Amino acid sequence: MADRERSSTRPGGRVFVARTQVMDRDEVRRALVRIAHEIVERNRGLRDVVVIGIQKGGVPLAERLVAILREIEGTAVPFGTMDVAFYRDDIGMRPVLPEEVTDLPFDLTGRTVVLFDDVLFTGRTVRAALESLAERGRASAVQLAVMIDRGHRELPIRPDFVGKNLPTRRDELVEVAEDAVTIGDLIGAGKDMGTR
Amino acid sequence: MRAPGTSTSTGVSPDEAGNEIGAAWASGVPEAAGAGSPVAGEDLLVGHRAPAVRHLLSIADLGRDGILEIMRLSDAFAEVAERPIPKVPALRGRTVATVFMEPSTRTRLSFETAAKRLSADVMTFTASTSAAVKGESLRDTVETIDAMGIDAMVIRHHASGAPLRVTDWVGASVINAGDGTHEHPTQALLDCYTIREALTARRDGAVPADMSGLRVAIVGDIKHSRVARSNVLAFAALGADVVLVAPPTLMPASLEGWPVTATGDLDSTLGGLDVIYLLRIQSERLGEVLLPSLDEYHWRYGLTRARADALKRDALIMHPGPMIRGVEISPEVADMPASLVTRQVRNGVVVRMAVLFHLLGSGVM
Repeated sequence: MADRERSSTRPGGRVFVARTQVMDRDEVRRALVRIAHEIVERNRGLRDVVVIGIQKGGVPLAERLVAILREIEGTAVPFGTMDVAFYRDDIGMRPVLPEEVTDLPFDLTGRTVVLFDDVLFTGRTVRAALESLAERGRASAVQLAVMIDRGHRELPIRPDFVGKNLPTRRDELVEVAEDAVTIGDLIGAGKDMGTR
Repeated sequence: MRAPGTSTSTGVSPDEAGNEIGAAWASGVPEAAGAGSPVAGEDLLVGHRAPAVRHLLSIADLGRDGILEIMRLSDAFAEVAERPIPKVPALRGRTVATVFMEPSTRTRLSFETAAKRLSADVMTFTASTSAAVKGESLRDTVETIDAMGIDAMVIRHHASGAPLRVTDWVGASVINAGDGTHEHPTQALLDCYTIREALTARRDGAVPADMSGLRVAIVGDIKHSRVARSNVLAFAALGADVVLVAPPTLMPASLEGWPVTATGDLDSTLGGLDVIYLLRIQSERLGEVLLPSLDEYHWRYGLTRARADALKRDALIMHPGPMIRGVEISPEVADMPASLVTRQVRNGVVVRMAVLFHLLGSGVM
C-alpha cells in the first residue's frame, strides 16, 4: 500500500500534517470486528484460514484481527507477517527498503490466506505480496482485507473485506493508527529521500 | 579473502605500501559517499529521476551509518536465505558483471550467488580466459564490458586503486572486491555482520548497537592485507578496540592515523580478546624473506590449541579464508565451535546481496 511506504520513507524535511480524523478508536475496533465476522461467514468457519499482516501498517491490525477471531470462534488462527520490499515493481524508482521481518511459520499449501494491510491505494503492494506468496506454496485462496480503501488503483485488485471506503485526492496521505484514521498532507519541500 | 597462489605484488615497495595505508585511511573517496549523501529526489507520484551512480570502493565510503544500514539490510536477506526458494525479484532486469583480474573463486562465486538470488543477470569476466591475456588494457576491458549495458561492476585487481580509476571509465556502480593491498570492503562488512550475528545469538536475540566494548585482534600479514585494512576501518567505525598483531616484517611501516594499537606479542594479547581475526599467511610471499619459515610463524603467531585455551571462553575466532591449517591456525582449532569461518562464508552471500541492493535497488541514491 503506497501510502504506508510514503509515510515510512518520509523525506527528512517533510512532515505529515493531519487534517481530518475519519475514524476514531471505536470505529476502528468495530470495523475490525465486522471484518472478522465477514471472514468467518465467507469461509464458513476458520478451517485452514491463516492471517498475514503486510509490514508495517498491516501487522498490528492483523494481530488484532486474529485476537478477535479467537474470541468469536474460539480458534487460534495461524498468524504471519510479510515484508514485500524485494517484490516491488518500483525498485530503483524510489526508496525501497525492507521495513520489518517476514515471518511465515506455516506452509501455505492448501490454506486460505487472508492478507491484511492498513490502506489499499494503487494496489502495487498487494501485487508484490501475491508474487511473494506464490513462491511459498499454493494457497487454495487468497483474500484481501484492508482498513481503508482510498481508491486510485493502478492494477486490477479489489479487496474482499473493507473497513471503510474513503475517497481521497491522490496527493493526500492516509494514516492508520491504533486509535484513529486521519487524512492529511505531506508538508515541506525536503530533498533528502534517504531512509534515516 | 585471497585465493591461494594469488600474487599480491602491487609494484610498490613495502615502504610505499606502508604510506599508502595511511593515505587510504585519510582520504576515503568522497564522491562515492553513498550512504550518507542527501539525495535530490522527488515523490514517487511525481516520477522517476535518474539517481546518481554510487560505488563501494572503501569502507570509508560507508562510514558508521552506512555500515549499520548494510547490517540491517543483511538481516532481511538472511531471512530470504532461509526460505525454500531463497531468491527474490528485487534486481530483476539488472546486470552485474564480475571482473576478476586476479585469481579468486570464493569471492567471485559469493558475489555471483548474491546477484542471482536478487534475480539479476550475471556476466563473468576472468582475466585468464579473456582478452586481457592478449594485452588489452584495463580501461579497454572495462569500457567494453560497460558498453554491453551493465548496472554494477564487481572488480578485483592486483593494483591498489584500480577500482577508483574504473569509476572514471564506466557508468555502472563499481564495487571493489579487493584491490592490491588497499581494501576489500565487502569482506569487512561480512565480518562485522558475522560478529553482530554471534553477539545477537549470545544475547537472546538482542541486536548490539555496534562493536563498542569489544577488543579485536587482527593477526598476521597486516602489511600486505587489504582485508586487514578494511576491517580496521570497519571495526573502528563501529567502536571496537583494535589491536594489530604481527612480526615486525609484516607490520606496516607506519600506523600513523590508524585507530589501532600494535604489538608483536600474541601471547600476552590473548586473554583480553573478544575476537581474534587471523589473516592468511601468503606463502607465495616467503620469497621476500619476510618470514624465516611457516613453522616458525605457526610457533609464534599461529592459533594453536594452547593459545585457543588462553582465550576467553566466549571469544570468537575468525578467518577470511582460505585457511592454511597448520600455519595461521591449527586444524583442531579451525573446527572448534568458537570458529565462525563457515558462518563468514554463508554471511558473505547475504551481505553482498545487501550491498548490491543498497547500491542498485534501494533507490536511496
